[in-house]
Amino acid sequence: MKSAVITFPGSNCDRDMHVALNKFGFKNKMVWHNDNELPKSDLVVLPGGFSYGDYLRCGSMASKSKIMQSVINFAKSGGLVMGICNGFQILVESGLVPGVLLRNRYLEFICKNVFVKIDNKDNPYFKNLDKEVFELHIAHNEGNYFCTNDQLKEIQDNNQVAIYYCNDNGKTEEKFNPNGSLNNIAGIFNKEKNVLGMMPHPERMIDESLSGEDGSIFFRNLLNNIK
Amino acid sequence: MKVNEQIAIDHGLKKEEYKKICDLLKRIPNLTELGIFSAMWNEHCSYKSSRLHLKKLPTSGKKVIQGPGENAGVIDIEDGDAIVFKIESHNHPSFIEPYQGAATGVGGIMRDVFTMGARPIANLNSIHFGSSQHKKTKNLLRGVVHGIGGYGNCMGVPTIAGQTSFDSSYNGNILVNAMTLGLVKKNKIFYSKAAGINKPVIYVGSKTGRDGIHGASMASASFDEKIEEKKPTVQVGDPFTEKLLLEACLELMAGDSIIAIQDMGAAGLTSSSIEMASKGNLGIELNLNKVPCRESKMTPYEIMLSESQERMLIVLENGKEDLAKKIFDKWDLDFAVIGKTTNTKNIELYYDEKQVASIPINTLVENSPMYDRKWKKTKLPKKNLIKKEEFKKFKIKEVLNKILSNPNVCSKEWIWQQYDHTVMGDTIQKPGGDSGVVRVHGTDKAVAATVDSSAIYCWAHPLTGGKQVVCESWRNLISVGATPIAITNCLNFGSPEKEENMGEFVECVQGIGEACEYLKFPVVSGNVSFYNQTKEIGIKPTPSIGGVGLIKDYKQMITMDFKEINNLVLIIGKTEGHLDQSLFSRNILNEKNGPPPEINLFNEKNNGETILQLIKSNLVRSAHDVSIGGIITAVSKMCIKGNKGIEFNKPKYFISEIEYLFCEDQGRYVIEIDTKNLKKVISILNKNSVHFDELGKIIDKNMIINQKTKVTIDELKSYNTNWLKEYMN
Repeated sequence: MKSAVITFPGSNCDRDMHVALNKFGFKNKMVWHNDNELPKSDLVVLPGGFSYGDYLRCGSMASKSKIMQSVINFAKSGGLVMGICNGFQILVESGLVPGVLLRNRYLEFICKNVFVKIDNKDNPYFKNLDKEVFELHIAHNEGNYFCTNDQLKEIQDNNQVAIYYCNDNGKTEEKFNPNGSLNNIAGIFNKEKNVLGMMPHPERMIDESLSGEDGSIFFRNLLNNIK
Repeated sequence: MKVNEQIAIDHGLKKEEYKKICDLLKRIPNLTELGIFSAMWNEHCSYKSSRLHLKKLPTSGKKVIQGPGENAGVIDIEDGDAIVFKIESHNHPSFIEPYQGAATGVGGIMRDVFTMGARPIANLNSIHFGSSQHKKTKNLLRGVVHGIGGYGNCMGVPTIAGQTSFDSSYNGNILVNAMTLGLVKKNKIFYSKAAGINKPVIYVGSKTGRDGIHGASMASASFDEKIEEKKPTVQVGDPFTEKLLLEACLELMAGDSIIAIQDMGAAGLTSSSIEMASKGNLGIELNLNKVPCRESKMTPYEIMLSESQERMLIVLENGKEDLAKKIFDKWDLDFAVIGKTTNTKNIELYYDEKQVASIPINTLVENSPMYDRKWKKTKLPKKNLIKKEEFKKFKIKEVLNKILSNPNVCSKEWIWQQYDHTVMGDTIQKPGGDSGVVRVHGTDKAVAATVDSSAIYCWAHPLTGGKQVVCESWRNLISVGATPIAITNCLNFGSPEKEENMGEFVECVQGIGEACEYLKFPVVSGNVSFYNQTKEIGIKPTPSIGGVGLIKDYKQMITMDFKEINNLVLIIGKTEGHLDQSLFSRNILNEKNGPPPEINLFNEKNNGETILQLIKSNLVRSAHDVSIGGIITAVSKMCIKGNKGIEFNKPKYFISEIEYLFCEDQGRYVIEIDTKNLKKVISILNKNSVHFDELGKIIDKNMIINQKTKVTIDELKSYNTNWLKEYMN
């Protein structure tokens, strides 16, 4: 399976994502933001970081960079596009998933492990996973998901919420919400479920010596789903 | 403007220094030249008060590839890999403007490391604030933490460890010391020594602005009530540009175009150009009209003295300009050929086709002033006679609550959760442990790093304090299973012009030197920050020691959390009951006098090496050194982290329970072992003549001491974790 990770100026989780994808059997290529064409890929990843230094708004300038037109076309034709952290912010800014990401509730960067609950497995990312609650890692300053009431209704009607912040038992109460996100939303799909944006970093949880191994489960399953 | 003595004094030079400049030049310097002299001769750049003493530190060893004198020190970690590391202060700017001051401190130290060809893999910091009651403390702490996070997080380098303390001596002068470790191949290290004449001198990175002019001079003076006026001397950082600069430099470094490279840190273009030429015994000629400027009509004086961030100076091989330019264009960075190396041994500056400065480089470097300042020895204070009857009035549980929630002991999670400590995917020990640990990417090796200081001990007796900090660093590395290799030091002191402060410096350095020598733990880089002083009040002497060690197989790394119920807990090293200068004495008894705990270097080395031997034999399940707050504090933290309890009794010593639990004798560790391994462990300890106590065993959920004091884990957690969070919200 082939994947592509886009490097924008200021991306800083691009290497980590490359390492993770290769570890679990993808053949990954790094793609420069100024390129026109995506290589042939089964999965395109927009990595975390501070593309364009978060100037203007997080993800805003990256969403206009040259390669993004190809990424948008790829997504519109049904290709799998996943945005993690800053990648999620870029997806939001390019309109591939609905909503916006505001500054965290207490205006502070947060780096820690969180639990998230998978809401919907009827999609290529989570299909066949045999558990619902995952321990993943977040590291962001602007992960506070927000959208209008109309958008929220549409998101819910279409089952577009990918993951919610929760506790280790899968309870999605407000007190398990690290950043103030609306309804504890940690990740979201587009209507067709081929585009996934989420704040947590599965690539930081890929072996037992790191913060945990739930990222490994996610990547292994993803590869099998795409095969 | 014609230069005179008063203008020189306004530049922070002394009368006699100005006279020396005129004598060396055999004429009166012009304003640009005077500015250059003042930048090169200030304390921050010239080390004029400290050089004489720093020379005495041990700086070489089997593992040392590069000692002090370069942008950073370099040590060998085998298999062709090397670690580049250094610590640096950014104290003065951080007090004036905490966010930018701290941010650019982090940016500056990372640049020092990647200038040498290394990719930064870990950041650490040591930050010190005034009393928690002081009106400025909260905002300064918030600003500094946001600044450190703002820069390091954006760079994508994990912040893996640190130290935070509060003491009223920092009320008017906070300390912000930033440390970075980078990874490089041994045969791809870059240095700042220029070579060859007529080689192009390249400017890359951000444009030059009017920020930070005279920053290094500001850092070489004490504060007074007009300090707010110094805000314009604080540099403004842009981590995004630095991230691009990092990637662009590493891309260029992959080839063979670079002869020498130097970042523009303190004193900007002045010190970078002069250092490269000086080390190569060359001259350098710069055309200042070619320097990319952010603002129009900047004068030669401003261009030379600006401390705008994220800039580098490179001496390239001839003919490599186009190749290099292509890389910097790709990363949207400025690139300009601004001059060349010459054989004149002068720095010659041109502006609008006129020569605006010409100074022999040796006058700026070798002939810079060096002072043998007067200093005063600190006598070892007399021991306090402690009335043991008094101890009876204390309830252990209440005292423990006070100690664990003390600002200098409590959990600093509020701080380190704001730092990205997991990016790069190799952080295997996060902040909150004895050392931060990162894997050497793609290998079985890991590097451990810690930063420590003990201002109280150094203040009570600088010689002992100096030794103690080095030992503490050594212990923190050993506690995670790392073999200590070398240190970097950041020496924060008051005014060297005062005999007491200078004495503190001299004796701390002597103590550091003795401990480093004995432990074979050399100093490979560092920085001195004097004048941490507001009017007459100086800070407590605060040498920060950044230690680095190697774990050959990262799976053998040790953490401090208690692992398993029924395992045994041992105290390694002898507990004699030294309470003077302990947290207990100072905060509970309110007794501020007396000597710090004694350092016995033989025991320190022997105990440490024995612990390492136990770890390497897979006999240790968890380990933690005993530091401030004594055994009970160390054990409490192991309980909290492991979410397990412990039942123990004081061994039958002739010291009281209070002394046993809270004393701060040195060279001690707490270790957890499997019951079945007890015999093996004891035989190794006995063979090495290491003193130990069998303290007790791990149980569920409670800490039970001498069958009468019972504290639940939840209570321990609330004592330890709440203070800082509540203080900051």
